[in-house]
Amino acid sequence: MCLAVPGKVLDIEERDGTRMATVDFGGVVKEVCLEYVPDLRVGEYAIVHVGFALQRLDEESARKTLALFEELGLLQEEFGDPWEAAAEPPRWEEPGAGPAVAAGDGAREAGR
Amino acid sequence: MKYLDEFQNPELARRLLDDIRSTVTRPWALMEVCGGQTHTIIRHGIDQLLPEQVELIHGPGCPVCVTPLEVIDKALEIAARPDVIFCSFGDMLRVPGTDRDLFQVRSRGGDVRVVYSPLDALKIAQQNPHREVVFFGIGFETTAPPNAMTVHQARKLGIPNFSLLVSHVRVPPAIEAIMASPDCRVQAFLAAGHVCSVMGTGEYPELAARFRVPIVVTGFEPLDILEGIRRTVRQLERGEHTMDNAYPRAVRGEGNPAARAMLADVFEVTDRSWRGIGTIPASGWRLSERYREYDAEHRFSVEGITTREPAACRSGEVLQGFIKPHECEAFGTLCTPRSPLGATMVSSEGACAAYYLYRRLGTTPTPQEASPVV
Repeated sequence: MCLAVPGKVLDIEERDGTRMATVDFGGVVKEVCLEYVPDLRVGEYAIVHVGFALQRLDEESARKTLALFEELGLLQEEFGDPWEAAAEPPRWEEPGAGPAVAAGDGAREAGR
Repeated sequence: MKYLDEFQNPELARRLLDDIRSTVTRPWALMEVCGGQTHTIIRHGIDQLLPEQVELIHGPGCPVCVTPLEVIDKALEIAARPDVIFCSFGDMLRVPGTDRDLFQVRSRGGDVRVVYSPLDALKIAQQNPHREVVFFGIGFETTAPPNAMTVHQARKLGIPNFSLLVSHVRVPPAIEAIMASPDCRVQAFLAAGHVCSVMGTGEYPELAARFRVPIVVTGFEPLDILEGIRRTVRQLERGEHTMDNAYPRAVRGEGNPAARAMLADVFEVTDRSWRGIGTIPASGWRLSERYREYDAEHRFSVEGITTREPAACRSGEVLQGFIKPHECEAFGTLCTPRSPLGATMVSSEGACAAYYLYRRLGTTPTPQEASPVV
């Protein structure tokens, strides 16, 4: 939950008096609250933590970080099914049996 | 093996490492405060790539790990109530309480739900007006503003069946407590980048001067961490001790003023107990008097809980950098991620889990592992 992931704002709307956005995290799309970065515009990037934009980020930094997170499986950690992870923790089973770290070019490209 | 070939820019990583190697002349002990940084360091073997004079000590910056057992037990008791929908982030599910965890509460019929954002929990409260919806509000200065905004929204929208079980903690008092300890070996800090993206860097120059320790604000990618270490070692070698921001793309001096204003409105500073460490003065937040009605501890009777920490668990010493995870007798035997004694073995940001996952068992690395660059 410490992870803060860069995302790109797809659209913005006012909901219940709150500025909300649809944000794309390298393919995963989530609702994000913009109240803390209210001047964020469609097409811009921000660091998002637990559904809240916390700081604006330049596009190049955001794309680099997203690509790296995707490659390392961190996006799956952040957005995957936590019940599945808690019920069946296969990657913890044996020491050293960590998540696959060497993703192919496809995964890298998907983050761009 | 992994190491430099998986860094996004191996050439840049190599240059940073060369710079650190050519700068360092003496042994130095640096503490990375944030659990996310610990995870990156162990995952990429950064600690093994560094010259042996540079030691990284893992700090208490994993929010799941430092949430006190008493609060976990309160969460479990509230979550087990039939009238409650208990919402939490996924990484709390396996954190052991005295005699169960949230996953077990759910398997015995408790309505425990995992949410991505605290606003999702508020939505659940709106959709279930006849149930009490409680959100487990833990975390550092990065997570506190979203939770503060959610309570603010609950009031604004008139949602009476929502409350927050609060156990928020603040980094600067933890740095003070670590430096004030007579056993402290830490000579410099890599400060947590995303905490600073909210709070800014204002508190750090004074801390750096008072304790004569460099504090370098650092991001989370391997190159961010190497750059943070490089700047820290330069200061140490020159006898300097200032605050330096090595993560300017996400951290501005003033932080996020809107988030800080909301924090100041919804929360007030309080003493907090840290699991394995004890109470640190002014090291946390609780809901302010104006928002007390949204405090789950006031709404539900959860006083008089008796907690029992496993005697074999040494996570407190790990969290303060006194021992490395594999130096604990229970590590990898009595205590594994499937059957954890303490939270540092549960969360992916916990030092024990990171050591277990990436084979840091205290064994001597092979020559290839020890010198992956050459």
